[in-house]
Amino acid sequence: MWDYIKLAVLAAIAVLAAIAANYAHDLAYMVNALTVMLAAAATFVWALRTAGDVRVHPEDEYNDGVVRAGAIATTLWGVVGFLVGVIIAFQLAFPALNLSDLTQGYLNFGKLRPLHTSAVIFAFGGNALIMSTFYIVQRTTAARLWGGNLAWFVFWGYQLVIVLAATGYILGATQSKEYAEPEWYVDWWLTIVWVAFLVTFMGTLFKRKEPHIYVANWFLLSFIVTVAMLHLVNNISIPVSIFGSKSVQLFSGVQDAMTQWWYGHNAVGFFLTAGFLGMMYYFVPKQAERPVYSYKLSIIHFWALIFLYIWAGPHHLHYTALPDWAATLGMVFSVILWMPSWGGAINGLMTLSGAWDKLRTDPILRMMVISIGFYAMSTFEGPMMSIKAVNSLSHYTDWTIGHVHSGALGWNGMITFGVLYYLVPKLWKRDGLYSLSLVNWHFWLATIGIVLYAASMWVTGIMEGLMWREVDANGFLVNAFADTVAAKFPMYVVRALGGTLFLTGALIMLYNLWATVAKQPARAGLGVAIPAE
Amino acid sequence: MDLYSILREFADSWALLALFTVFIGVILWAFRPGSRAVHEDVSQIPFRYEDRPARAAPAAGVKETGR
Repeated sequence: MWDYIKLAVLAAIAVLAAIAANYAHDLAYMVNALTVMLAAAATFVWALRTAGDVRVHPEDEYNDGVVRAGAIATTLWGVVGFLVGVIIAFQLAFPALNLSDLTQGYLNFGKLRPLHTSAVIFAFGGNALIMSTFYIVQRTTAARLWGGNLAWFVFWGYQLVIVLAATGYILGATQSKEYAEPEWYVDWWLTIVWVAFLVTFMGTLFKRKEPHIYVANWFLLSFIVTVAMLHLVNNISIPVSIFGSKSVQLFSGVQDAMTQWWYGHNAVGFFLTAGFLGMMYYFVPKQAERPVYSYKLSIIHFWALIFLYIWAGPHHLHYTALPDWAATLGMVFSVILWMPSWGGAINGLMTLSGAWDKLRTDPILRMMVISIGFYAMSTFEGPMMSIKAVNSLSHYTDWTIGHVHSGALGWNGMITFGVLYYLVPKLWKRDGLYSLSLVNWHFWLATIGIVLYAASMWVTGIMEGLMWREVDANGFLVNAFADTVAAKFPMYVVRALGGTLFLTGALIMLYNLWATVAKQPARAGLGVAIPAE
Repeated sequence: MDLYSILREFADSWALLALFTVFIGVILWAFRPGSRAVHEDVSQIPFRYEDRPARAAPAAGVKETGR
């Protein structure tokens, strides 16, 4: 019966999407509607071919198929996101690379920049988080994922969000909110997918066999719940037409700006921090083969982080129309946030106490450790930049971009690479990685790439901040904006080279992971029989 | 008073006190007597069920230490 309902729903979605594409007011909406139609049709064919099949969800085995798919998606989206990042870095250094005549502006910096940020944060980071969540919650609750194939719905639904958002940006569908660019129908679809994600996670927690809920799951739950809340509040908008991509925000003016940066900073706090800390609290102990340094500290870390982070958003709006008290509040909470951040970083690093020698021989662990190092550095830099006096220099400059990338490439990127290197041999039952020396190459390329990136952005950021505020004896500004652009050229080239190194490292990882699955012998001496999934 | 002012007054008095009390309570609870043994036990969770789920729900209060 369920199969027939599913077929009917999928057929209806495909037909409605086709009708919507026909009535579309704009190109982005039409392409997105056609994408939905194709996705629904493909799922329809799949559902038809598997209708009536008996689906087994053995409770004495983990559901690792969806984690494998997540590992593939994370790796591929990562390479795509880094590649677009390198392209736009070169576009900034050499504006001719916008190829505006050839591409009619469709591939210029303004279009590709949100494509890059969404690809790395939501496609690469999001898939890494979903994959890790599904892996960690099963291992730490000793229970199979709840909800049968619901996890697969989450996986494919999330990929559809990514494709709709990416094609929409290029064709002009954007609500112009940083990191929340997707238009209303993508927001609605993501809400459905995210609720399914929450239900899968909670369902697994409810049927756990391990009485205690391990701390990684606390971080993951806070990530899922808070992102749901942020997403809903920041995307309160009314579509102009159900056949068009354009929507109008309900908030306006400084309220809208505050809502946006409440969203924006907590996307950093709960997506890129709490979620990835959940990864840290599981994978670092696993790779180091010893429990977390202090479980007590991890509890305090958790509560302090979530109590403080939610208030830090106003530091994005210093010296704007936002009331002074709100900006000061944001600044104070950002500075206090330094303590739980470092508590957590110390907890992660000290997990290695007594096993520091492993760093010499284990490049995967080294990757995880340097990611915690970058976490500590960027969570020091961030509070410092949120102080109003510092912010008056750093705001709107490349320093901000450098800060973001030391966090994103260093912390999120490096820990995800470490997790992928840890997971792939386990998930595909392989006898270790194809090549540890390639991991070493990846480690050094990525590290040097980040150093080049962050250092060049410090220089250019502080330089342009100083140039903007420089006044002559009569009180006139000395530099035009274009002067700062010209002065930044060498640093932009260095940044693009740093990005190229980072991308090269990711390509090496792609090959290494592929070779691990394709060329490595199966793991010998398995304690359990592994059925094909 | 208008709704904004009521909410504002509530937020920076009782709500602030409640949140702060919960936070302090959580910290104190983490340091409760006997928590060390519990924490040492639960910090081992990642090492217990690597390959497959637990077979059956453990009886209440009984800690399973491995498969």
